[in-house]
Amino acid sequence: MKIKVDSSGLRESTWRQYLVRFAFGGMITAMAGIIAKHFGPGIGGLFLAFPAILPASATLLEKHEKEKKERAGQQGAGRGRQVAGVDAIGASMGAIGLVLFAIVVWLRLPKSGTGMVLTGATAAWFIASVTIWKIRDQPGIWSRRKHFPTSKHPISTQLHKGTNHREEDE
Amino acid sequence: MKEILLRIVIGGVTVSSFALLGDLLKPKSFAGLFGAAPSVALATLVLTAAKDGKAYASTEAKSMILGALAFFVYACVVGRLLIRRRLPVLSTTSAVMVLWFACAFCLWFAVIR
Repeated sequence: MKIKVDSSGLRESTWRQYLVRFAFGGMITAMAGIIAKHFGPGIGGLFLAFPAILPASATLLEKHEKEKKERAGQQGAGRGRQVAGVDAIGASMGAIGLVLFAIVVWLRLPKSGTGMVLTGATAAWFIASVTIWKIRDQPGIWSRRKHFPTSKHPISTQLHKGTNHREEDE
Repeated sequence: MKEILLRIVIGGVTVSSFALLGDLLKPKSFAGLFGAAPSVALATLVLTAAKDGKAYASTEAKSMILGALAFFVYACVVGRLLIRRRLPVLSTTSAVMVLWFACAFCLWFAVIR
């Protein structure tokens, strides 16, 4: 499936929702700094990979999908949860890239410039995550790992097309 | 206090930017990658490297490897529960957070401490 840029997702979100994400992200970053100061960089470092934005994003996705379905006169709770689940599976692939990001920073930061290392580590995260996503997107891989939906899996395809033939919403 | 405020602003901007990117992209499994973007790490490491030095920031990054492995377990479990069991999103993502803490700290005790 092709990667697309779709601005409809932006229109569905309100300023309040963006503000909540800003506040949540800011709080987690501040908390990571405070924890590192009190308990040392070993414990503080764990919180650099804290799932800060996933709960908020998944909840927003569920809300938007539910509203979309309800506007069409259908129950949307189940579909909203499926979309949020697919988003979380995507995040699990991003988490593997996050491991690579941390390894690059850990090994390279003492020897090179901060800006260069962080740019390189972010590029490593992106390339690794997209590569894993692409591999997962192969039908052969899907058939062996049926619990990890790819964009070709019925769940993802239905979600992408905006249809759900196996309507099992409550 | 000034440092905390700076962290809130930089962290908020970085996390919101990655979340915005995720909102713009389809399919959702691809957009989900941005749910695990290194947003908090970027904001923190820039400030930590400038204030406490590169060696300190590098030690944080070493622990971050374990936090990211815990994130992987967390996201897999959340995804599976939402797709297969269709549990409510907010309570599931919040309750499974316990698993992130358990994995991250168990790994830290086993590997680094």
